[in-house]
Amino acid sequence: MALILEPRREPSRAMVLAAPLIAVVATLVTGAIAFTLLGYDGFGAIREIFVSPLLSAYRWQDLLVKAAPLALIATGLSIGFRANVWNIGAEGQYILGGLAGTGIALAAYDMEGGWILPLMIVCGILGGMAWASIPAILKTRLNVNEILSSLMLNYVAIQLLYYLMRGPWKDPMGFNFPQTRLFTDWETLPMAVPGTLIHIGVPIALALALTVWLLIARSITGFQIRVVGLAPQAARYGGFSAPSTTWLALMAGGAFAGLAGVLEAAGPFAQMVPAFPTGYGYTAIIVAFLGRLHPVGILLAAMVLALTYVGGDTAQTTIGLPAAAIGVFQAMMLFFLLAADILVRYRLVRRRQPTGAPAPTAAGVPPQASPDTLAQEARAEGVAA
Amino acid sequence: MPPRLELQGITKRFPGVTANESVSFSVAPGEIHALLGENGAGKSTLVKIIYGVQRADEGTILWDGAPVSIGSPREARALGIGMVFQHFSLFEAMTVLENIALGMDNPPPRRELEAKVRQVLDTYHLALDPHRDVHTLSVGERQRIEIVRALLQRPKLLIMDEPTSVLTPQEVEQLFETLRQLAREGCSILYISHKLHEIKALCESATILRAGKVVETCDPREHSTRAMAEMMIGGSLKDVKRKSGGEFGPVRLAVDGLSAPGEPPFGTSLKEISFEVRAGEILGIAGVAGNGQNELLSVLSGERHHGVTGSIAIDGVPSLALGVSARRSRGLAAVPEERNGHAAVPGMSLTDNAVLSARRRKKLTVGGLIRLGAARDFARSVISGFSVKATGPAAFAGSLSGGNLQKYIMGREIMQTPAVLVVSQPTWGVDAGAAAFIRQAMVDLAAAGGAILVVSQDLDELLELSDRIAVINEGRLSRSLPVGSVSVEEIGLLMGGVHGEPATAEAA
Amino acid sequence: MTTTLLISILMSVAGAATPLLIAALGELVAEKSGVLNLGVEGMMLIGAVTAFAVAVTTGSPVLGCIAAMAAAAASSLIFGYLTLSLTANQVATGLALTIFGTGVSALAGAPYVGITTQTLGLLFPPSLATDPIWRLVFGHSPLVYIGLLLTLGVWWFLKHSRAGLILRAIGESDMAAHSIGYPVLTVRYLAVLFGGAMAGLAGSYYSLVLTPMWAERLTAGRGWIAIALVVFASWRTGRLVLGAYLFGAVITLELQAKAAGFSFFAPEFLSSLPYLATIVVLALISAGRRNARLAAPACLGRPFRATA
Repeated sequence: MALILEPRREPSRAMVLAAPLIAVVATLVTGAIAFTLLGYDGFGAIREIFVSPLLSAYRWQDLLVKAAPLALIATGLSIGFRANVWNIGAEGQYILGGLAGTGIALAAYDMEGGWILPLMIVCGILGGMAWASIPAILKTRLNVNEILSSLMLNYVAIQLLYYLMRGPWKDPMGFNFPQTRLFTDWETLPMAVPGTLIHIGVPIALALALTVWLLIARSITGFQIRVVGLAPQAARYGGFSAPSTTWLALMAGGAFAGLAGVLEAAGPFAQMVPAFPTGYGYTAIIVAFLGRLHPVGILLAAMVLALTYVGGDTAQTTIGLPAAAIGVFQAMMLFFLLAADILVRYRLVRRRQPTGAPAPTAAGVPPQASPDTLAQEARAEGVAA
Repeated sequence: MPPRLELQGITKRFPGVTANESVSFSVAPGEIHALLGENGAGKSTLVKIIYGVQRADEGTILWDGAPVSIGSPREARALGIGMVFQHFSLFEAMTVLENIALGMDNPPPRRELEAKVRQVLDTYHLALDPHRDVHTLSVGERQRIEIVRALLQRPKLLIMDEPTSVLTPQEVEQLFETLRQLAREGCSILYISHKLHEIKALCESATILRAGKVVETCDPREHSTRAMAEMMIGGSLKDVKRKSGGEFGPVRLAVDGLSAPGEPPFGTSLKEISFEVRAGEILGIAGVAGNGQNELLSVLSGERHHGVTGSIAIDGVPSLALGVSARRSRGLAAVPEERNGHAAVPGMSLTDNAVLSARRRKKLTVGGLIRLGAARDFARSVISGFSVKATGPAAFAGSLSGGNLQKYIMGREIMQTPAVLVVSQPTWGVDAGAAAFIRQAMVDLAAAGGAILVVSQDLDELLELSDRIAVINEGRLSRSLPVGSVSVEEIGLLMGGVHGEPATAEAA
Repeated sequence: MTTTLLISILMSVAGAATPLLIAALGELVAEKSGVLNLGVEGMMLIGAVTAFAVAVTTGSPVLGCIAAMAAAAASSLIFGYLTLSLTANQVATGLALTIFGTGVSALAGAPYVGITTQTLGLLFPPSLATDPIWRLVFGHSPLVYIGLLLTLGVWWFLKHSRAGLILRAIGESDMAAHSIGYPVLTVRYLAVLFGGAMAGLAGSYYSLVLTPMWAERLTAGRGWIAIALVVFASWRTGRLVLGAYLFGAVITLELQAKAAGFSFFAPEFLSSLPYLATIVVLALISAGRRNARLAAPACLGRPFRATA
């Protein structure tokens, strides 16, 4: 009995939801086996990374704090990815967001007032957008591939960070360590739940994801993003210009990454340090795909990927799993998701036996197949033509 | 002598559809045999089975009387089967010679190949430069590459899939001469088409397919085209009903001196195009594909702005500077040639596809948000008004058959009661029933005061629909001629770029 | 004195250009067949760590290079399976491969951080390279010569061989190639494997020639620059050499300026020079060419699935 892939007549909505679950489960199983073969406690690693953090209230706080920036960045990226605008520069936009907020914080160091933090946040968003505007200009004016330009800017952003830390923004009282002063109380995020680690960035991420969901599903701008991604030519036909979509996608990506950056700087870090970029910008790409580019899915996927960070830390100390293992887990998840995605468009069927008996109607074909049969053939022919 | 090719009980199934059901017929050596049927009748699938691109689920193929299994195009060519595809399998960025080499299994060295190619070109009086890049060639020249490619293998059977759909009437006559010469030399020809008068002119026998089954094998010279058409569609032909001799209203679309660069990478630029369409009038634009039709459509619809000069006026209001949405608001609706991915998004519901082009005129948005209920209602009214066979407004556009999707698209535009409708290839790849419905809908829109511009390669369709016909060739538009006073030959000459007296007279 | 400096600069340019050239040649062949593999950076890292580990374990840098090619080619097979057999999105899969390669190389390389190994020696006896001018001819690492030979080979393959013609045809129109009867997926698999092997070889250059050591993210984004080079070269082999040596010059400028303690520019600015240069070059090349699609293979990045 051979299994073959057969095209579905419509993409399967059930598989769209099931594929990420299949990917996560496959990652757990493969990861456990692979790390056991490599001489680590593979199953222990899975338990430490993916289960233990869920059993501790303290770790839950940590999870939410790590999930918030991932969800924010991924939400922004998902807008671009839907429109086939491949912004890989979230890491740099995140850094610039953090730096812009830090700039305000340092300038307002000896000032007081409730306006400082909102100004930092606004500038953080603008910082991310400004960084994202470079690939946007290059793409719309000169047709430069945004993948390469946005990615190159990540490396530049890191150097800019290093420069500021070693030079102009170095804490004058910091024993020559390359880092800024600590932010004042006016410049740090208040807690959403007093007495915990959960700062207001967490509810902000949640609220923004839900807002984006509404806008994508119901607004004409969201419609534009979806059409451009599915059929760029139809989008032009519908009156949506390609440059405006590119700008929209990159500005959304930059704004969300910048916001995540300034919230991290004003939240968990409470200063700017060279170790500020932690790869969130790259991990958020995985979050966006695992969440099916859907804001609610992204919230869930952000929690899963946050688990790998939080649990990875634990596993490092408890069973000596190297930090790099986390990256491998994350990449495996994306690999498995991409593999499972084929089941959205194709289904596994048993190879038909060439018998003389009339073939039964294939499962899933609605009874009113007659008008559609022609289309089916036309399409079947079109693929090979 | 056994037949060159004989099919016995060929059956091929795809998920949810049987493309061919126990198809049997045979082709004698030196015979020109037509395979006739509507779009979707299963002709292309059958041909792909013969050429080894696809495999039959059941049935036998006999070659010179012996059963054969054809597993790949390579095996087909080894037997002596040559194929000229409807959609050419050519590589745009490569030269003619490279393309020919790619089409051969063991091509000789470059110089030797070139000599052989020139020899074939001479023998069959085909004009073609082996060193040109394919993208610089006309459609007719491209077809010649495919023919040379097939002939170099000295085929015993040549399959031609819809070869004339892209040719001018004169080029068609040239092609027929070549085919007749081949047949005299003993090569069998399997000629796939749905154009009946051509089959009557060329073929000695015909197999008619309907919904995957053979309904008749006959001598086309002994049947009327109408009788064969009715065998093809399995019913009686419907004629478009139209009011005749009416006076036209005011000018609704006026285009003057319109020029635009070609679409990258290999498009044709538009040069000084001028015409008018009045209320109640249908203007047809004939021409061989790739002569600027796509450019004209996208410049009129507003999808292309870069480098466009001249003027476009909708109901007297200059509109060249307006974008797609603003032109729609003014009343200009457009239906491009490609349904999937241009006029409609296959991966979206019919409701969403209604929002795509009707949101302004049908007020389907409010304050930047989509009125889902209103959009659904409009989609539903198009479905019922144009008898679209679909499960409902939530059905994906991609799940509809070509004919039903085209009806939906035409309905979506026509039910916005546009002042001007610009449409390209309105019935391309559509079954006869849907085609008749669509033509009637256009005639009715014109009768209600709309101005319609139809761009089509199907001359018969234009002659049936239009009040006046103009020809587009290399981006230039000829003077338009009233349908009653123009002959097919005249239009054919214009399509081939030979400008007749009237056109030059006007240009002067 | 100045001659010696000039020659050492030129040597350094060739050295910095070689891994870019080798990786870009691999990507060029993959892209010519219609496959956009953005995983070059990941494959280079896998190559770099494999080369180092094998060289340390066996004491043979040559074996290291060969193992690097094999390991990176194996990783490219993951990409190939997902994008070719399962028609997954090539951009997303390439990114995943880069993330994977970064993680796997860091994981596998952890035991090797901080140790050194024998580097890949010179091809010609040092006695030939004592004179500064002759050094410029005979004094390079074998990979420099291999890079240039590979360029010639790839140029001949694409331009003059039948297999190259078929590969280009598949990149131009996979459907047409399929309908004539060419094995589209097989050819693309081979092209992807070649791309992987070349990325692996390029990676080994970093850990066995440039710096005889292993560190996480050793290649520092050079894989992405290699991809940009293919765009810069408009998919032409000859211009790839030009581009690679141009970037070699930029990288050498960065290193020389830092070494000279050139204080007018911050060292961070010098470090970001290769990336900024990439952006500037892409902007110039794209601006000068209205029809970018003329040069790129028409099917680049598009999935292909033949009907049964």
